Amino acid sequence: MESGIFHTTYESDMALRRTPLMRWRIYLIVAVIVILPFFGNSYTLTLANQIGIVAIGAIGLNILTGFTGQISLGQGGFMAIGAYTSGVLAASLGVPWWLTIPIACVATAVVGTLFGIPSLRLKGLYLAIATLAAQQIIQWAIVRSPLGVDAVVVPPVTIFGTSLNKLRIGPFGGSDFWFYWIIYLFMFLTILFAVNLFRTKVGRAFIAIRDQDIAAEVMGVNLFRYKLLSFATSSFIVGLAGALLGQYRGIVNYERFTIETSIFYLAVIIIGGLGSVSGSVYGAVFMVIIPAILSNLGQAFSSSAPAIARLVPFAQQAVFGLTIILFLVLEPEGLAKIWRDIKDYFRLWPFSY
Amino acid sequence: MPRGFSHVLNSSPLQPGDLQLDIDNIYLAFGGVQALSGVGFQVRQSEITAIIGPNGAGKTSLLNCVSGLYHPQRGEIRFHNGRTHTLTNLRPYNIARLGIARSFQNIELFKHMTVLDNLMLGRHIHLKSNIFSGGLYWGRAQREEVENRQFLEDIIDLLEIESIRKQAVGTLSYGLQKRVELGRALALQPSLLILDEPMAGMNSEEKEDMARFILDVNEEHGVTIIIIEHDMGVVMDISDHIVVLDFGVKIGDGTPDEVQRNPAVIKAYLGEDQGVI
Repeated sequence: MESGIFHTTYESDMALRRTPLMRWRIYLIVAVIVILPFFGNSYTLTLANQIGIVAIGAIGLNILTGFTGQISLGQGGFMAIGAYTSGVLAASLGVPWWLTIPIACVATAVVGTLFGIPSLRLKGLYLAIATLAAQQIIQWAIVRSPLGVDAVVVPPVTIFGTSLNKLRIGPFGGSDFWFYWIIYLFMFLTILFAVNLFRTKVGRAFIAIRDQDIAAEVMGVNLFRYKLLSFATSSFIVGLAGALLGQYRGIVNYERFTIETSIFYLAVIIIGGLGSVSGSVYGAVFMVIIPAILSNLGQAFSSSAPAIARLVPFAQQAVFGLTIILFLVLEPEGLAKIWRDIKDYFRLWPFSY
Repeated sequence: MPRGFSHVLNSSPLQPGDLQLDIDNIYLAFGGVQALSGVGFQVRQSEITAIIGPNGAGKTSLLNCVSGLYHPQRGEIRFHNGRTHTLTNLRPYNIARLGIARSFQNIELFKHMTVLDNLMLGRHIHLKSNIFSGGLYWGRAQREEVENRQFLEDIIDLLEIESIRKQAVGTLSYGLQKRVELGRALALQPSLLILDEPMAGMNSEEKEDMARFILDVNEEHGVTIIIIEHDMGVVMDISDHIVVLDFGVKIGDGTPDEVQRNPAVIKAYLGEDQGVI
């Protein structure tokens, strides 16, 4: 509701949260995030942690695909680089977990930039195939390397020498509880970075490349440099998601980072909204919660009607696929657009004529 | 009343009348099609130069050579701004850094960005924030955004697009989009402004507005302008210098009066047997 709010400086007009309502909405969301782990059980926390990691990975992919317009099917491979770098450094070299995460991010950024080089010449479907090659090459390299097909077991994360499993404050504690704070801290930083990026020079250049690359170049944007920068930034964040996933799960296995992962993340950003930071988060919530609801539904049936329960796993896949198709047909711009429409409706409320 | 500009719109250090752009005997071919054959002319500081000619004469190809989108096989384009730069060796983004800005025949705006963001992209070469300072939006990055917003507001004021500054460009009417595209080019603080059919498809009122903006930019701020336009009334009224192309060859070059009397031009426009324009 913006009526009656006037900005007298450019600073306040350009602020991220321009109206009191927008600010209160953020306070509310932060409050829910802070309170949740104290009320949720371990299952809720697992889901919340998954959402956090998927949201980080989806923001990473969205920077490249949604904002810069460079379609990528290499998400799974890039996450694998992050997860393996972090996992192997901690497992074999005894590097502290908190140090492995930034190293993993940088390593993924380097690999991502390398695989971004073809983007100067390739667009659209052709780039999709090139990044698909990246996915397969990375997967192949991992399986053929001394790491092989066996899972890397990551040593438990410790804080001040105490394993997270044993660290307790009153009734609260355990790995899920502590990881919740780690993951949401990183998610908060990632969101903050991404929204700021897209209201300054570099992010605007990314969007310009997506919308009209020739005009961008004529206005002074070095296409090659900025495309590579987009690959690097995106992969850095995707590497973060991979590293967090590895540390959180305690094992790293290539099977978690196949082409299916790449497609899952594409679905997240399409459902959430291409080119929207908040959309990446909405998409992550949707794509983690819906399968969980479906599988709970299946368990509910298993006692009362076992015959139906046996069909549920298949029905799950079908319903999930159907939701995605419905989204593509009915709201191609995703959850972010739906939320924007709701806000637009109430913008001048109650005088919306 | 428009406010005074807080920044200099024209970034060229030259004096009016100095040689600014020297197009020297350009040859451009696509496969077997000769788009430009030996075209050459000069553009002087603070002049409006119009390039006219029938469809397919090579006008846009010529401008694309100046912006670095095409590279001619022979000939050179030299640009002066205190030093001499050979544009034919440069990439488009390097040419933009010299202060050469342009608009396109078919609007090439960033459709999903707001008007303000489109204009701000025009400031790209003047902005200094990088991925780290931008991601933090701290200190200089924020100050820079606010300072440049101030400059953009001057352009918004000049082009009378205050009411649409926060709308996505894709939702605007054609005439307004043309105006925003002019604004984006102005945001670069051009020393040379290239406009490819800025009035195509406009009604007479919109054309008058656009002509007024172009004259404002040229007369009040001294920006050199190269314009391609089909409306002869506008061309004869606003330009200081006209170059006529036909089938990739220059057939006329001079003041509006000279060009109107040029028999080759009359022939190209009206056909063999006509006597007068």
